[in-house]
Amino acid sequence: MALQDKYSALTDAATAAGITDLAVREQDGVLYIDGTAADGATKDHLWEVYNEIDPNFASGDLVLNVNVAIDAAVTHAKVVTESSNLNIRKGPGTDQPIVGKAAHGEVITLVNRSNDLWWLVRTNDGEEGYCYAQYLEAQA
Amino acid sequence: MKTTNLLMSTAIAAMLFFASCKPKDAAIQAAIQAKEAAGITVAVTKGDVTLTGVVDDEATKAKAEEIAKAEKGVKSVINNLTIKPIAAPVVIAEDPVLIKNVADATKDFPTVKAEVKDGVIVLTGELKKASLITLMQHLSALHPKKIDNKLTIK
Repeated sequence: MALQDKYSALTDAATAAGITDLAVREQDGVLYIDGTAADGATKDHLWEVYNEIDPNFASGDLVLNVNVAIDAAVTHAKVVTESSNLNIRKGPGTDQPIVGKAAHGEVITLVNRSNDLWWLVRTNDGEEGYCYAQYLEAQA
Repeated sequence: MKTTNLLMSTAIAAMLFFASCKPKDAAIQAAIQAKEAAGITVAVTKGDVTLTGVVDDEATKAKAEEIAKAEKGVKSVINNLTIKPIAAPVVIAEDPVLIKNVADATKDFPTVKAEVKDGVIVLTGELKKASLITLMQHLSALHPKKIDNKLTIK
């Protein structure tokens, strides 16, 4: 229970932010917090709270897995890499050949999101392939 | 005819007699409530007992019903107790899957070295503070057992 106390500010923030399917479990000295946030800002806020409790995430006693909910009706996503282009690959994995690129900030079409980590996309040029989902921000 | 009437009135008298002998609902309620575990609410209407509340498991639910049924004057027991839902178990990815996904997630962080063993991701190397949250967010979505962050933060 000690970890739940340590991270109580985080679980309180998650509850206050209306995280859905929130699950908090402690197992073998690690606290697991899972849930779904309404938007990216909510998720980032929780990570800031986490960083305040455990500066630079050095303790290794929490796995914070909060994903951003995506409306099934959403059909486009923005490329949110730091600055570079985003690789579009033939299959889901960095071991797959690159079939195209999407520019930083470009809005592309979402084809399929059945894989959590790799989304199937289509660029405005008609190139189709898989992009790493963490670098895509669904457009409302 | 006379015999029938006599039988009838005897039967009615017997029913009234037994009815008046039954402990009152309130008394039954108090007796059962005292024996039930905390969190269980007992209600009694004309000898029909209703149990409500949340208990830990099926055995506790069955036990609560037995206690109520054993009480004198109880006609029936409606067991509306519910079992406390168990929190979704922690999902931890298998190493082969995790190794592949960690390789994908860390590809854009060339100064970071990540090793995976028994579900634990060990990070070494160095990283800019601004990129740390992004990396940690990527890795936390992969269902690791633990992220052992030994990175030097610049």
